[in-house]
Amino acid sequence: MSMVSRTFITTLLLFVSSQLFADSDYQALGKPADVLSQQAQWNLSIAPDGKSLPQGKGLAAQGKQIFALKCAACHGPEGIGASADPLVGEVGSLTSEYPEKTVNSYWPYATTLFDYIRRSMPINAPFSLTADEVYALSAYILSQDDIIAADFELNEKTLPRVTMPNRDGFTAYYPNKQ
Amino acid sequence: MKKAPTQSRRQFLQKAALGGALAGTVSLPILANADKLKFPDDLPEWMRAPGGEFGNYGQPSKHEQQVIRWISANPAAPGNGVSWTPLHDLQGTITPNGLHYERHHNGVPQIDPAQHILLIDGLVEKALSFDVESLMRYPMVSRTCFIECGGNSNSGWRSNPIQSQAGYAHGLVSNAEWTGIPLKHLLKEAGIKTSAKWVIAEGADAAALNISIPLEKLLDDALLALYQNGERLRPENGYPMRLVLPGWEGILNVKWLRQLRLTDEPIMSRDETSQYTELMPDGTARQFTFINEAKSLITSPSLGMMLPDNPGIYQISGLAWSGRGKITRVEISADGGDSWVDAELQGPILDKAFTRFNLPWHWQGEYAILQSRATDETGYVQPTREALIENRGKHGFFHYNAIISWEITEEGDINHVYGF
Repeated sequence: MSMVSRTFITTLLLFVSSQLFADSDYQALGKPADVLSQQAQWNLSIAPDGKSLPQGKGLAAQGKQIFALKCAACHGPEGIGASADPLVGEVGSLTSEYPEKTVNSYWPYATTLFDYIRRSMPINAPFSLTADEVYALSAYILSQDDIIAADFELNEKTLPRVTMPNRDGFTAYYPNKQ
Repeated sequence: MKKAPTQSRRQFLQKAALGGALAGTVSLPILANADKLKFPDDLPEWMRAPGGEFGNYGQPSKHEQQVIRWISANPAAPGNGVSWTPLHDLQGTITPNGLHYERHHNGVPQIDPAQHILLIDGLVEKALSFDVESLMRYPMVSRTCFIECGGNSNSGWRSNPIQSQAGYAHGLVSNAEWTGIPLKHLLKEAGIKTSAKWVIAEGADAAALNISIPLEKLLDDALLALYQNGERLRPENGYPMRLVLPGWEGILNVKWLRQLRLTDEPIMSRDETSQYTELMPDGTARQFTFINEAKSLITSPSLGMMLPDNPGIYQISGLAWSGRGKITRVEISADGGDSWVDAELQGPILDKAFTRFNLPWHWQGEYAILQSRATDETGYVQPTREALIENRGKHGFFHYNAIISWEITEEGDINHVYGF
């Protein structure tokens, strides 16, 4: 084969390959979603600052009634016993021989309680509770160990200000100690 | 059932005669051989009749029906529980898809992929949504890694050793080849703001599980997995898409992934505060202990088996893995940790994946305690149970990775013990 034809074929191959193989590894196919991102169903997570909390309010007494109806079957009439983990009591037990990690003894943030009830409880009907019902249930659980007073109204403003007994009980291993 | 056509005796004889003629030999001996097959009773029945029909999707032999995940769920809420991989019944390193361990918080969602999207939003230049069809066009990579539940082996914290088979006490860990899109592609497409440090991942199940993951892990080796061992994910493993974070505890590998929200702080969800944190003796708890440390398990011989021959040679075999990298060494002891011998590591030895180890053992009927001890490429050595409890107390509950001991009695029975 002559030098000329070899060069010609090489050039041709380069031309063909530039047609077949993309400059970029992939085509960007994400669709703009700014509108979606604002919708309630994509804003379920609630940080300790409480900014994503929905408007609403509830009292422990209301929560007690809802609890009896929708929670007690698994959590027991007082939030202890039955098939689920205990929710209340045992505050101060974490250094004892038999520590109990209840919501009130262990969870560092009250916002987590609202977040978790709303997204997954009751277990047979998640997302069936109204915001008011979730505030009321949270108030009932927290008031059982006097973390809030029995007549304290929980709402989107007051809930993030509740200080849990074990607020400072956690040591972050990431990123410093990993 | 349609009867399969069988070859008539006459056809069989004709073919035999033809074959004999072509080979240029006399036909008589061949006919004589054929006559012998009139009495084929010495052959097993599956050689004397056509086999079963084709199957659209293969299933294990009916003789292997005992090789199953063992389900441990809350009877009052059957969708909330775990199922254990029967590691004691498996060999090699890849967990079959139907036997990969499960942890579900409220059942297995049956997601229609046409109605599922992944939303990436928060601290990004532009929020983006991706449908499944689009994601299938992105470049994918495959990698083999284990996924281990942070609560695996937690019966080890109990005062008395649990008498369960190896997989049913330590099988909340499985190993698969995952194929999917490196997440850094999708995050970069959305444009990461410099203030972003964490990503809140959320699943589309009836627990809407949410958890915070450091952004740097997602930019490192995390996959948006679409395939497991070559086929699309099973519903119980996150169909149509899940996170795979090699070496990091199972809860972070969010199944049925619907959203990644970039934030500057962790969200402090239930599964990063109430659960998957480790209570220490001083009453404080370790949080964000993401990495599964090095661990190993002898899968054979193990509880539920016995040693039939005394004396006899037995193949000690097991699995080792580390969330920090490759396994570099597995040692075996037959005397409860007084002396150790290196096992052979079966290749290929992969990063953050199951490594199979083997060592033949000549048992002469003596009382023995078999143990395995893994070392990974960072030099980390799997601790004894005593050292683990000394370091972390009895109530850590998560990330139990102590050496596991099988007692061999002089009769060849096997029990789970905590050492001498």
